[in-house]
Amino acid sequence: MKVSDIQVQNEKETRAGFGEGIYEIGKENENVVVLTADLAGSFKLGPFIKDIPERFVQCGIAEANMIGVAAGLTIGGKIPYTTTFANFSTGRVYDQIRQSIAYSGKNVKVCASHAGLTLGEDGATHQILEDIGLMKMLPGMTVIVPCDFNQTKIATKAIASYDGPVYLRFGRPKWPNFTKEDGSDFVIGKAQQLSEGTDVTIFACGHLVWKAIEAGKALEAKGISVELINIHTIKPLDTEAIIKSITKTKCAVTCEEHNILGGLGDSIAQVAAKNFPIPIEYVGTNDTFGESGTPAQLLAKYGLDTPDVIAAVERVLARK
Amino acid sequence: MATPVELRKIASQVRRDIVRMVHGVQSGHPGGSLGCTDFLTTLYFHTMEHDTNFKMDGIGEDLFFLSNGHISPVFYSVLARAGYFDVKELATFRKLNSRLQGHPTTHEHLPGIRVASGSLGQGMSVAIGAALAKKYNGDKNLVFSLHGDGELDEGQNWEAILFAAHNKVDNLIATVDFNGQQIDGATKKVLNLGDIKQKFEVFDWTVLEMDGNDVDDVIATLDKAKALTGQGKPIAIIMKTSMGKGVDFMEGTHEWHGIAPNNDQLAKALAQLEETLGDY
Repeated sequence: MKVSDIQVQNEKETRAGFGEGIYEIGKENENVVVLTADLAGSFKLGPFIKDIPERFVQCGIAEANMIGVAAGLTIGGKIPYTTTFANFSTGRVYDQIRQSIAYSGKNVKVCASHAGLTLGEDGATHQILEDIGLMKMLPGMTVIVPCDFNQTKIATKAIASYDGPVYLRFGRPKWPNFTKEDGSDFVIGKAQQLSEGTDVTIFACGHLVWKAIEAGKALEAKGISVELINIHTIKPLDTEAIIKSITKTKCAVTCEEHNILGGLGDSIAQVAAKNFPIPIEYVGTNDTFGESGTPAQLLAKYGLDTPDVIAAVERVLARK
Repeated sequence: MATPVELRKIASQVRRDIVRMVHGVQSGHPGGSLGCTDFLTTLYFHTMEHDTNFKMDGIGEDLFFLSNGHISPVFYSVLARAGYFDVKELATFRKLNSRLQGHPTTHEHLPGIRVASGSLGQGMSVAIGAALAKKYNGDKNLVFSLHGDGELDEGQNWEAILFAAHNKVDNLIATVDFNGQQIDGATKKVLNLGDIKQKFEVFDWTVLEMDGNDVDDVIATLDKAKALTGQGKPIAIIMKTSMGKGVDFMEGTHEWHGIAPNNDQLAKALAQLEETLGDY
């Protein structure tokens, strides 16, 4: 299983995967209720609203109330999915999630689109790069960052039968879609091994999994054996898979569309420091806000592009 | 269903519990708790259909949400006296390893609590969500909630008030404890709420007013509110109370919002409150 074996099926938005997933799980599970804060279009909720209008709750531009209403709905056995951009899903309502959902142990699915730099031209007010950290710090919160359309769709469906609060993070742009269409390669809490290698492990999540694949192909062409692991579930973390891989490769690179302070890289580093210390390099934003630009321009400017992953691998190999 | 005479007896014991709990740990919020004692006692011993064999989903029961969680002493006492848990547990209030945390929480699995509260302004949204779930479930029972007047400073309330009217959440009876006081002084001085009744009315709620320290008025107003449910509008009750009610030196001042009585003050307070059901 090599990185070069990975085939792209098409390019689709991860948020569109949410839209398809929520429609299918809404049809299957009559307890599923969808709430939005004036962003039904962005989350591709049209089919759900058309066919299941009674379980769609329009909250208006009032995210704090939406989170509270969702918490209350769980008390009668409903499974609420809240939908708004990642910034308004987390930072704006952190205390509401903390008290009414996480501390109260409520079965709410906080679903966040337009995460990270790839939101693009709207700029830093909307490009949250701190949300994974905010959510993973909450006791009892599960944090899932799927990598493509298919995985977002299956994750959206899977969390309905996964008891407890979940943060599901995805994005805006069209992106290469390469995981299995039936979602059989996705299990909550289990790392997804995309290639086997011996020289370096690349741990990635979300959109950056694709950048890691592109980098992995280039590295394999140079004769470097890359073990690529998609950590779609950042919490609870699959520590067993992480330890197994780094024990073999003895170095790692982490890739995320997020601040390196508090994100996936921090979680990997903690596992390594405690169990098997190794050199690690981080691909992510470095304690900065984003800005307006196209997704491609922003990923390049902030060091989250394919060449940046390749450079990080070369740096970490030199440190082995 | 307790009679007005019985309710006054229970309320006297609840007030004893409140001052003893707060004295016992030298911490907590006696003022608002004493002010809301008659309301909560009436709610749990007269008005609500509820089961002390606690089930989180509350299907087929009336539900209550305390949004102003700092008045946990009155909530805990009423729950214990109603039979949700042993009154002896009131002695653990705010102490290490207690289910009776400073502010109510589901985290320690105390029967009767359905959501954490304490960070203000969140309870109305949660109550609305629970009321919507009842509608989804075809459950005809009602949702009650209590909010501080100072708590209405929080913007989330106004999001919730707008939402409840728009969505015709007419199985919700939200009561505002209008004692006119908050930590830094009179609500009029800290952040003037103006005419709360009028504000709820222009947000398209049905609004009632009552004297929250008059058991007969509380019974009658809650009955009236129940009769007004199911008519397309959420219901608010503006409840005038006196902070610290029942203990003369605590009454009508914000000074006793969040401090505990010393030994002498406890003795003076208990001398004014008849022990009707036996202290814990």
